[in-house]
Amino acid sequence: MVEIFIDGKSFEVDDGITVIQACEQAGVEIPRFCYHEKLSIAGNCRMCLVEMENSAKPVASCAMPVAQGMKIKTNTEMVTKARKGVMEFLLINHPLDCPICDQGGECDLQDQAMAYGSGIGRYVEQKRAVKDKNLGPLIQTHMTRCIHCTRCIRYAEEVAGNDQLGALNRGEDTEITSFLEKSIDSEMSANVIDLCPVGALTSKPYEYVARPWELKKTQSIDVFDAVGSNIRMDSKGDKILRVLPRINEDINDEWISDKTRFAYDGLNFQRIDKFYIRSSNNKLKEGSEEDTIEIIKNKLLNTNKNNIASLIGNSIDCESIFSFKLLLDKIGALNYDCRQDESFFLPHERSSYIFNSRITGIDKSDLCVLIGTDIKKEAPVLSSRIRHRYLNYEKPYQIFRIGEQNKTIFKTIDLGINSKSLLKMKEKKFSDILSKSSNPIFIIGQGAMCAEDAESIFNFSLMIYNKHFKNNKWNGFNVLQNYSGRVGALDLCFFNKKNVLSKSFIKKIYDGKFDTLFLVSADELDFEKIPKKTYVVYFGHHGDRAVKRADLIVPISCFTEKEGIYVNLEGRPQISRQIKLPLPSVDDFSEFVRKIGSSLNIELNFKTFEDLRKLMFLQNPNLSKINEISDSKLTENKKIKNNFIVKEIKSPIKNYYMTDSVSRSSPVMSECSSNFFSK
Amino acid sequence: MGTKNNSGSKIFCISGQVNKPCNVEEELGVPLKYLIQKYAGDVIGGWDNLLAIVPGGSSVPLLPKHVCEDVLMDFDSLKDSGSGLGTAGVIVINKQTNIVKFIARLSEFYKHESCGQCTPCREGTGWLMRMMDRVVDGDVSREEIDLLEEVTYQIEGHTICALGDAAAWPIQGLLKHFKNDIIKNIKKKSKVA
Repeated sequence: MVEIFIDGKSFEVDDGITVIQACEQAGVEIPRFCYHEKLSIAGNCRMCLVEMENSAKPVASCAMPVAQGMKIKTNTEMVTKARKGVMEFLLINHPLDCPICDQGGECDLQDQAMAYGSGIGRYVEQKRAVKDKNLGPLIQTHMTRCIHCTRCIRYAEEVAGNDQLGALNRGEDTEITSFLEKSIDSEMSANVIDLCPVGALTSKPYEYVARPWELKKTQSIDVFDAVGSNIRMDSKGDKILRVLPRINEDINDEWISDKTRFAYDGLNFQRIDKFYIRSSNNKLKEGSEEDTIEIIKNKLLNTNKNNIASLIGNSIDCESIFSFKLLLDKIGALNYDCRQDESFFLPHERSSYIFNSRITGIDKSDLCVLIGTDIKKEAPVLSSRIRHRYLNYEKPYQIFRIGEQNKTIFKTIDLGINSKSLLKMKEKKFSDILSKSSNPIFIIGQGAMCAEDAESIFNFSLMIYNKHFKNNKWNGFNVLQNYSGRVGALDLCFFNKKNVLSKSFIKKIYDGKFDTLFLVSADELDFEKIPKKTYVVYFGHHGDRAVKRADLIVPISCFTEKEGIYVNLEGRPQISRQIKLPLPSVDDFSEFVRKIGSSLNIELNFKTFEDLRKLMFLQNPNLSKINEISDSKLTENKKIKNNFIVKEIKSPIKNYYMTDSVSRSSPVMSECSSNFFSK
Repeated sequence: MGTKNNSGSKIFCISGQVNKPCNVEEELGVPLKYLIQKYAGDVIGGWDNLLAIVPGGSSVPLLPKHVCEDVLMDFDSLKDSGSGLGTAGVIVINKQTNIVKFIARLSEFYKHESCGQCTPCREGTGWLMRMMDRVVDGDVSREEIDLLEEVTYQIEGHTICALGDAAAWPIQGLLKHFKNDIIKNIKKKSKVA
């Protein structure tokens, strides 16, 4: 700790921070453009100049480290003049087009010009004009507005791990652009929109759509991947207009992935808003709720309970899962599962399916082993976090990789593409490195967990981990889930242990072992393979893959139209909020389940959503601790024979922009997908 | 060797309107007039034809003839007379030169050399250059000359490196010593108009 004086008052601040951070802690506001907490220091906007005793010139507070006894003044004439001067310089070549600028109302330059500017312009010469750049389908550019703070360049380089952004020319003629004006090839690119302090980089899909003060802001959770990024959804009337990140240092810092940010427009397209019944001529016909319930009731009563199968999709909230499980358990139709991909896990052993080290564990780790994961596509936010560690760890941070060799944003040491190459970890060279590490993280992706030899891969990796770090307090053996609803469903035990062990549930569906199949937003099956004689009931909100095969379609509300708990890959329950009302005459899934229950005269013990949630909390106390992670013990490895198959371990995610029914319905995502995959 | 606090020698590079431009190593604190007359073969047209001298490279403020008469070439003496020794690149300007055009050319140079990293220099050097171009043409008002001076102080001391200062100082020197000539230039123009 050091003592510094800010405007004559003494403050104790941490050693090693900068003056601007000290001022922030002391509650003194310093204007800034180029400085950003999460990025490296540039010191080039000169807006944060403050007066320092014994210095003839004002100093840039963002670049000046604190020192014992330092005396800083932030309200003298020198400082005011410096700020006014810098502000005038920034504005001389900035177009005063706030009324037609998308940033208007939430613009750093606008706000700070009001607070620190002089009010009149004295510049009468020709203003600079810069040609707009093409940065792809997500980022709109108005480069004349650029104030050259270089936040976007530093972000691209440091967080997104992408070196395509840079500055051309020099002096007044400096221009920010991507290399040869190519679109930025990163899953995290659109964060530059939030970083840009002016309206130079704005959101293309949101362009000229609304003003910030017209929007209703709802704090919610992202469900497009399992990270559970904290987001804010801005809506106007009945439409979601944009998604922004919320700061949560434990999960997503202040970044979100492009899919999180832009896939929301899929919610306006391809929606199922009516009941449909497939008639004998194979055409879907509109039905009524009564008819539908009647059909489902008859199916449930007249089918042998062992011949009823149920599958839920990848992004279903806990309440829906729980209500469905209540119904199925009461009926005795116990063939249900939450894994369309039949990914491997150990039933009732939580640590076999969550990210045990937690996301913050990445920041403490000293070694990383990636097994069968394309983390850049599966969890872009985590990938950036690993890059942050990779860049900032004082010693070389080694990252080993087994599996498909996709592009990463850090350097990896590749051990091989198939599971046999795991055996290399036993070699002396590797075990020497492992034994030197004290906080390693192993990340096993769904590519490995969905492979045929998943059990061997899991056990072998766990064996290696336990051999070296068994007695360590650190638990760095992680499974990377890809879907927001998966951990919650596994926590709620939405699976049949027998089917999990035999690994033949999906095969049985394809083999026609079941007469009736209930799908809750489950779109990832190979629907061609489901035999004609199986009666498929589909509950869903989007007309996606499943509707082509479904015999009965029940509309349900989607995640923004209802409240629900999602458990992220760390095992952290979070609440996703209702942003808008459901479509007319469309029920929440749990409500529909209750209706089925009452038609069958089955008492499900809940009448309202609140009852349902209370009941769920009672039976699953873990879920009631919102935003807390319950401790889980490291799994013991079983002694089984390794049955490795010589086959490339491939990530299940091929096209990052289209992974579920919502993103497949999104025009923005399909534009991205054609933009990045046509080459 | 040298004067108090300014000991040793210095290589002076004398250029501009002298008969024999040269590089010469001399004692610090040597009188400027002596330096010009002894080594550079005096000002073209004789000492009385001298208008001003930039004593320390293009970035320092110029000195008018009356100061040049007896100023010593060391750090402290030049600082006291409102300029600096800088790189000791002595630029001699005689009365046949348009001094405003000379400073405007320097402004263009600094605008061209600005790297663009920090705001005051990136935006300010261009502004100075454009205003200086108009000063050369006499196409300015008196208020704008004050603005020009203010802008130089807005850049000076607020930048990361010294290029911002370097762009500001020549104009400050010009306005300090030749403001009347500039103002006369405006009046002439306005009569024509």
